[in-house]
Amino acid sequence: MIQFVLLISRQGKVRLTKWYSPYTQKERNKVLRELSGVILARGPKLCNFVDWRGYKVVYKRYASLYFCMCIDQEDNELEVLEMIHHFVEILDRYFGSVCELDLIFNFHKAYYILDEILIAGELQESSKKTVARLIAAQDSLVETAKEQASSISNIIAQATK
Amino acid sequence: MALSGMRGLSVFISDIRNCQNKEQERLRVDKELGNVRTRFKNEKGLTPYEKKKYVWKMLYIYMLGYDVDFGHMEAVSLISAPKYPEKQVGYIVTACLLNENHDFLRIAINTVRNDIIGRNETFQCLALTMVGNIGGREFAESLAPDVQKLLISSSYRPLVRKKAALCLLRLYRKNPDVVNVDGWADRMAQLLDERDLGVLTSSMSLLVALVSNHYDAYWSCLPKCVKILERLARNQDIPQEYTYYGIPSPWLQVRTMRALQYFPTVEDPNTRRSLFEVLQRILMGTDVVKNVNKNNASHAVLFEALALVMHLDAEKEMMSQCVALLGKFIAVREPNIRYLGLENMTRMLMVTDVQDIIKRHQAQIITSLKDPDISIRRRALDLLYGMCDVSNAKDIVEELLQYLSTADFAMREELSLKAAILAEKFAPDLSWYVDVILQLIDKAGDFVSDDIWFRVVQFVTNNEDLQPYAAAKAREYLDKPAIHETMVKVSAYIIGEFGHLLARRPGCSPKELFSVIHEKLPAVTTSTVPILLSTYAKIFMHTQPPDQELQNQIWSIFNKYESCIDVEIQQRAAEYLALSRRGAALVDILAEMPKFPERQSALIKKAEDTEVDTAEQSAIKLRAQQQTSSALVVTDQRPANGTPPVNQLGLVKMPSMSSNADHNSTDQGSSQENGTLSQVDPQAPAADILGDLLGPLAIEGPPTTAGEPQQNVIPGLGGDPDAVDASAIVPVGEEQNSVQPIGNIAERFHALCLKDSGVLYEDPNIQIGIKAEWRLHQGCFVLFLGNKNTSPLVSVQAIILPPSHLKMELSLVPDTIPPRAQVQCPLEVVNLRPSRDVAVLDFSYKFGNNMVNVKLRLPAVLNKFLQPIPVSAEEFFPQWRSLSGPPLKLQEVVRGVKPMPLVEMANLLNSFRLMVCPALDPNPNNLVASTTFYSESTRAMLCLVRIETDPADRTQLRMTVASGDPSLTLELKEFIKEQLVIMPTARAPGPVPPAPPVAQPTSPVSALTDPGAMLAGLL
Repeated sequence: MIQFVLLISRQGKVRLTKWYSPYTQKERNKVLRELSGVILARGPKLCNFVDWRGYKVVYKRYASLYFCMCIDQEDNELEVLEMIHHFVEILDRYFGSVCELDLIFNFHKAYYILDEILIAGELQESSKKTVARLIAAQDSLVETAKEQASSISNIIAQATK
Repeated sequence: MALSGMRGLSVFISDIRNCQNKEQERLRVDKELGNVRTRFKNEKGLTPYEKKKYVWKMLYIYMLGYDVDFGHMEAVSLISAPKYPEKQVGYIVTACLLNENHDFLRIAINTVRNDIIGRNETFQCLALTMVGNIGGREFAESLAPDVQKLLISSSYRPLVRKKAALCLLRLYRKNPDVVNVDGWADRMAQLLDERDLGVLTSSMSLLVALVSNHYDAYWSCLPKCVKILERLARNQDIPQEYTYYGIPSPWLQVRTMRALQYFPTVEDPNTRRSLFEVLQRILMGTDVVKNVNKNNASHAVLFEALALVMHLDAEKEMMSQCVALLGKFIAVREPNIRYLGLENMTRMLMVTDVQDIIKRHQAQIITSLKDPDISIRRRALDLLYGMCDVSNAKDIVEELLQYLSTADFAMREELSLKAAILAEKFAPDLSWYVDVILQLIDKAGDFVSDDIWFRVVQFVTNNEDLQPYAAAKAREYLDKPAIHETMVKVSAYIIGEFGHLLARRPGCSPKELFSVIHEKLPAVTTSTVPILLSTYAKIFMHTQPPDQELQNQIWSIFNKYESCIDVEIQQRAAEYLALSRRGAALVDILAEMPKFPERQSALIKKAEDTEVDTAEQSAIKLRAQQQTSSALVVTDQRPANGTPPVNQLGLVKMPSMSSNADHNSTDQGSSQENGTLSQVDPQAPAADILGDLLGPLAIEGPPTTAGEPQQNVIPGLGGDPDAVDASAIVPVGEEQNSVQPIGNIAERFHALCLKDSGVLYEDPNIQIGIKAEWRLHQGCFVLFLGNKNTSPLVSVQAIILPPSHLKMELSLVPDTIPPRAQVQCPLEVVNLRPSRDVAVLDFSYKFGNNMVNVKLRLPAVLNKFLQPIPVSAEEFFPQWRSLSGPPLKLQEVVRGVKPMPLVEMANLLNSFRLMVCPALDPNPNNLVASTTFYSESTRAMLCLVRIETDPADRTQLRMTVASGDPSLTLELKEFIKEQLVIMPTARAPGPVPPAPPVAQPTSPVSALTDPGAMLAGLL
């Protein structure tokens, strides 16, 4: 099971955190500090796995961003490594060649998308197409609600003119 | 893509990004938080859109590492918003900010439930996702049935059902009772027929969790898993969107194979054949390709297939195929594959008999120990550690030692611990062992715990052949300019004991030995000084003829430390000074230390404990545990070549006693000079010679495990000296329970010695209660075996191992205990004669595929057969006088008594059914007690006890016990003594029966072995 997912920039800035096991705020901060220290310090050409407090952290660097997933000792590391890639491909498809800035300004989208891929620290959907479709549906729901709201406010505005 | 309309949020993020430093960022954040706070306060003016925007801002601020606790309420309240956009934000932000233990979540349960059972599909999805990510026990209890309904009903769309599957998985993890095994198994099997691969993948994860606890309810799922695997492997009928770089859902393949690993075997021959075909195809058909993602995905599947093959214990041919593959992997350049190759080879070691093939790769593995990547080095270390045995220990340990000098700090501790354990377990000869440990201390003294050097001292003391060698080595190290303090300790100790054996060698005259050790004194800490003082005293004693100059030197040191502020140092200095002025007496008192009793290595014990330290149920872990422990036994026995299978762990004599079989048999006899003939207690710190020697440093008692202490009790049964061997064969492996007991077994036992009903043992699966009734020399126990689970406990076995003085009959124990049921098993006890030996209940059951075995002492102890009886002065004194002298009346001065007020001691005696008769003894510091003991041989026998305490020194007393039966007198005296001397239970929670053996009616062991205590007695 995936214990948590972290996105950390090369400067150590946190871009996304998702905890599937109960960590308190204090523990979360500690984990972030510790792991960014460990992972950012690792050179290129090393393997994508790090032992950490009885768990394993599978991580991969994409441009300036490190995607990390912490898993149980006996979980399948390569499978998780490809889950990371799966997530990245979906982000890429959604934003159209994703970059760190997209994830900074649209961090909430990254959360929506992650929730369509993982639940309870397990893979929920392995079809990129399906995920893309569901996210698009959500977006349009939000869009419609906004249009409705604005049309209502238009009506109100007109009525009170 | 711009943030749709939330301009305020974008502006805020840009502001933060423009901050030059952390301080500016903090100011900007504080300003924003203030703004958000005031906006939330007067909520009336807040539109849903604004609320949503502020909640997002909070999440962003939270990600920056600031505290946003004040906003939790706002996030949670958005969950009940009527419109999708707000609700969505509420759910997502709540799931990010809170964890399952937050109270705020509770207020949302109803809303969440309404969303789950409502007809709005998008709301259902949001609610299921949040519960799946942060739902806790309360959610599990109130929502599980609704979630199950969503999962199995075909009227819901896949997007809801796959979320329901994982949501249920979460709830099941929080409370396994929410899934009713009987009803759910068929549903689960039906779910595996699902056509939608999203739902199937999620359901497969659910299945993995379910079978990891109860595979036996889900046999019907097994053939379906194999079918799914076949379908995927042949790439039949898999929608294009579910292939990943051309591989049919690697994730589903991995999950399916993982589920299969929880079934102990595949029985149906057809299913087995199809499965092996698929596995064979994966093993053979996975090629290395250029595309890294395709490569990773196919190897993820391959490694899972390897694990499954190992689990199924396939034919030899397939196994060697696996090893060959792994051998290839550990030599490739791609670091991930090499890492996984090493990791899986370590797993391979544990499950099959391919060790010899793996050994061929030793050189390659050692290369990986020098890899630039610490992750890989760790795996290589684990593998080398796992594959080490007598045949390659020398090579491997020396490799580890060499690596130790260059290893990074993070690995040194583990490395030195492992080297020490391997050296101890597999040393081909003892001098090598001493070499290794001394090198270890030299290179990484900081990481060598006291246990390790204590162990060296034990071996050296117990093996005369080794003593000159060890002394010479110690002498060599003392010449080095800067040595670690641990090295000072061990060399000083060894030189003190055995330095005189070097007498004729150059540089080894007493004077030279003294000065080389004394040079170190200024640099050591107070914990080392006492050892050095003892060494000086010993050197002094061995100096024949006496050397005036040396004497003056040593005396001046003692003089100086006589006023040391550290009490241990002060005492030693004062005593040694006084002693050394007595001349001849010194030789007797400072004679060589007696041989140490056999004991389990604290080190190996510790290592085992960390290995079993796990709560998670996982196939590999479970297997690994079973395997490590049995592997230990195997390696221990293998080289014994026809000698009795003496288990090193139970009765450690020397690192490789089995390879020194001759040694072994002779030493076993001689090593019992200490009198610890039948009851070897390897961990009672009170009997720990080194622990005593070091006084305040007392050795750390190893943590307890379920069956461990009983191991020591069994050999003593019936006081049969042959039983020593029995202790050796107690299979350590079976005691490696992965199920941890709840509460302290020893404490429970001690409590039950004083009362007649209570809990004897408890773990997550079972509770064993006990109720007893005693009448004269007979008793009746009722054992209550309660199954705490919702599934039956099978293969239940209870065997009573009675000591020879008890006749015990246990009624039939059922093989299966139904879920949540309690069975009662009466147990009749008859006491034949006085003895302090303890009966043991060997109890085992099976839970899942996990065998649990515990050995529990039964509280059928001596005091249960006592009946307090008041006696008057007229009755007491004639009796007391008529029982004159040994063996009917025994007297002993007991030291190391737990200091307690007299009243408390009287209460203690009363609680053991010895009735204190007040005012019988004219001296108010004395206690007189009487009782009747019942057994078949003695019938009712009056026992009288007198305890004379010393108000000036509460730690010692004189005890006189009298009865009409010599063995009863002895047993009762020892029994009372056990209750009075300091029991180390508080320090070492292991149930430590202080049991000094029958054959040793002398003062407590501690007095024998601690020079300090001996001196106190003499002076």
